[in-house]
Amino acid sequence: MSESSATARSQILNGIRRSLRRGEISGDQRQAVEARLARPPLGPTVARAQLAQPEKVALFCQWAETNNATVARVAVPDVAAEVVSFLARNNLPARAAMAPSPQLADYDWDSQKMLSLRRGRGEAADQVSITGAFAGIAETGTLVMASGPEHPVTLNLLPDTHIVVVREADIVSGYEDVWTLLRERYGKDRMPRTVNTLTGPSRTGDIEQAMELGAHGPRRMHIVVVRT
Amino acid sequence: MESTARDFNDNVDHALADPNLQDSLAKLKVGFSERRRQAAERLPEFEALRDRARDIKNHALANLDFYLEEFERKVLALGGHVHWAPTAADARRIIGELCQSMGARTVAKSKSMVAEEIALNEHLEAIGIAPIETDLGEYIIQLRHEPPSHIIAPAVHLTKDQVADTFLEHHAKLGFTKRLTERNDLVAEARYVLRQKFLDADVGLTGANFLVAETGSSMLITNEGNADLSNTLPRMHIVLASIEKVIPTLEDAAVLLRVLARSATGQESSAYTTLNTGPKRPEDLDGPEHYHVVILDNGRSAVLGTEMQDILRCIRCGACMNHCPVYGAIGGHAYGWVYPGPLGAVLTPQLIGVEEAGNLPNASTFCGRCESVCPVRIPLPKLMRHWREREFERHLTPVAVRQGLALWSFVARRPRLYRGLTGLANRVLALFGRAEGRYRAMPLAGGWTRFRDLPAPQAGGTFHAQWKKKRS
Amino acid sequence: MHPIFATAILATVSKSPSGPNPRPRRVGLFVTCLVDLFRPSVGFAAVKLLEDAGCTVEVPPLQVCCGQPAYNSGDRATTRAIAVQVIAAFEGYDAVVAPSGSCGGMLSHHYPGLFEDDPAMKARAESLAGRSYELMAFLVDVLGVETVAARYDGTVTYHDSCSGLRELGVKDQPRRLLGTVQGLAVREMKTPEVCCGFGGTFCVKYPEISNAMVGEKSADIAASGAGTLLAGDLGCLMNMAGKLQREGSPVRVRHVAEVLAGMGDLPAIGEPERGEPG
Repeated sequence: MSESSATARSQILNGIRRSLRRGEISGDQRQAVEARLARPPLGPTVARAQLAQPEKVALFCQWAETNNATVARVAVPDVAAEVVSFLARNNLPARAAMAPSPQLADYDWDSQKMLSLRRGRGEAADQVSITGAFAGIAETGTLVMASGPEHPVTLNLLPDTHIVVVREADIVSGYEDVWTLLRERYGKDRMPRTVNTLTGPSRTGDIEQAMELGAHGPRRMHIVVVRT
Repeated sequence: MESTARDFNDNVDHALADPNLQDSLAKLKVGFSERRRQAAERLPEFEALRDRARDIKNHALANLDFYLEEFERKVLALGGHVHWAPTAADARRIIGELCQSMGARTVAKSKSMVAEEIALNEHLEAIGIAPIETDLGEYIIQLRHEPPSHIIAPAVHLTKDQVADTFLEHHAKLGFTKRLTERNDLVAEARYVLRQKFLDADVGLTGANFLVAETGSSMLITNEGNADLSNTLPRMHIVLASIEKVIPTLEDAAVLLRVLARSATGQESSAYTTLNTGPKRPEDLDGPEHYHVVILDNGRSAVLGTEMQDILRCIRCGACMNHCPVYGAIGGHAYGWVYPGPLGAVLTPQLIGVEEAGNLPNASTFCGRCESVCPVRIPLPKLMRHWREREFERHLTPVAVRQGLALWSFVARRPRLYRGLTGLANRVLALFGRAEGRYRAMPLAGGWTRFRDLPAPQAGGTFHAQWKKKRS
Repeated sequence: MHPIFATAILATVSKSPSGPNPRPRRVGLFVTCLVDLFRPSVGFAAVKLLEDAGCTVEVPPLQVCCGQPAYNSGDRATTRAIAVQVIAAFEGYDAVVAPSGSCGGMLSHHYPGLFEDDPAMKARAESLAGRSYELMAFLVDVLGVETVAARYDGTVTYHDSCSGLRELGVKDQPRRLLGTVQGLAVREMKTPEVCCGFGGTFCVKYPEISNAMVGEKSADIAASGAGTLLAGDLGCLMNMAGKLQREGSPVRVRHVAEVLAGMGDLPAIGEPERGEPG
């Protein structure tokens, strides 16, 4: 750190301490805030998502549709066919950029001869992307995407149509469950570079307060929920 | 941006005479408040979440230095950089230098009120870098060289036709020569134009809704996805955030998320909520190579520990302005600076001086609707009243108001004199002619009678005079 | 019910003393400046409603304004001086009742905060705050009044004045009592809870904004189709009446207490007298 930025830093931090009429926190107060960071207290529980797994999945689907996504619920062997059928139903090309994820390798893409897949990050010319999801949140029908070599962020953003394959077992009640899973997977202090939570396709209300889909991200989101 | 808060009364006259603005406001008043009401009703825990949200922000503010240092430690551990900016000028300089270090010609910007506050665009332009606003509303007003009129809906004052004219004027050179009439076509055209700008930008600059100390993450919430393109495609991601944005943990973020979108737009959740933590990892296929967080104070640390501290809880949802009848009458531009509505009435005098913005905390009926919907329960009327007290103490209250008040105070502190004078006033008012039951004009009451009749007092004297007669 | 209202009501109810005779009997009426000067009949209506409910009503002669003009103009010293007078004038009453949510709210919600540096005065201010009520809330929540013996032939719409609504939780109480007035039907506005633009000195300091607000209110009143506008605060009523009459509206404007006390045949606010009341 340069000298001027070190000065700026202490200027701000000392200004805060002066205003709060104390020095750097220490002793019991410090232990209390450190303990709070180590074991984050939960907020009020949102009752509507505290459900058995099948109902949780149903709630997720219901909210996802309310959020302008479309949802199909299929068994493992039918995932690839559902994707192809969705593309055909919507007059989209049978060509997609797919996340290079082992999670998606469970599905029989080779059975779909018409489907042309490119595995890698999203590019400007891509019309359709296919990704998995780290989790789904039942409370609001939200998908959670954790970035990494298996899931480039650009796939969530650049194509017009985003197809997401999520397993029923990965659908949880609320954000708090996602944080727990992220900590288990990546470590308490090490988040993936980007965690995107997606609640339906891109939208804007910036012209006359009327909602229009497809502002910058995908205009269309199709969620394939896989029975597990 | 240049303040016109001093010209508040002129701004008001313009606003009330602008039919496009009045149409937009009519829609805003009904739409936002109704959607928020429904969203709150759908979630039985909403009030408990508001209490918790208030407590979380209070806790964070009471330990702000600790959480900022913790946040910094986590960002550094993952290869990011943190810059501390005591003033707006410091923040502008730091960001300018970072952009220059990348040889940047364009910066893709995601809507940030703090960037407006420090007039970042003007600075970038001055050093030869083109800032490109990517939020649709911000993009529209950037093309029109206007400031935002609302913190979450910056172009809410414009009609579709005005947007169509603006696009035709600026997009014709890109080959879009047809004047559009449908909203979805306007959105599509902006999407197309801006997509290329995202791909070309050297730097992406975003604000932050929250900084999470636990993980060193910046949290960004949008409906359009423009913040995500800004922080994913360019080689450098700069986050500009003010000190009070830091919160302790992800669990705290979950509480705040639940109240934020519902309060702002009445949505259960915004479409995109993103946590960014450090730069692209070596094995990642995309993401920025450089990640910088600029932490701005700009007078906020001095608000801590004062009677105004509660304003630092604000999470910028816009509910206070959506529900404010004064904002609903005059819109955002009349407030003359970055932050309009009740939030601006409290924050603007703090940031640019009460001498400049003294009208703002006075232009309120204290109806309390803002406080009743604030997701972090900021007592906005109380804070506005504190500004009035400071103005009064510093003799900034207008002379006429001051003199009238002094005269009234003199009388009101002397109950017998007061009683005598109200009896007299009652008789004097009667002299003006009670026959019609009201007055169309009244000396010294022009502010009232310009727009309304003044009801005449009932016959028979004051209540106290009548009561004395009856009951003694 | 909105939790804010529930809390306010619970707080109000818990203030009433328990025991065999829980009703506060000796009530001091806080008349308010505007009622004193412009519309004494509101004060007499309040007295009638309180006496009908079994209270003894007294009107301390040395009461003045509650201090809001100074308080809301940032003049704390004057506000405190006025509050000291009001506190002294109303010591010893079981309850202090105002036919106004704004003045009632000043006594019950804002006085204690004026004396943070004076524990003795703060205690007295808190004592007053704990005994102070807006008229409608006092009748319904504390005295348990369920019906009134009054008749008013016509349709009315009710404007929720801001302080009463948001500080004191006055919302259902006046409507419940109005529901028992013979011949009366309530037609709600679309947004009865939006401020009318009065705001005390606001309406003369920012007349253009105030006018825009009250103009919108008068349109909402007209759209309700009601023949009479009621509210519980005379300031708001004078503002709305003045606007309606300037616009030539036939809507008549009265304080809710007048209608509940059977005084609905008096000339409405801003209407000519039909002869001196007896």
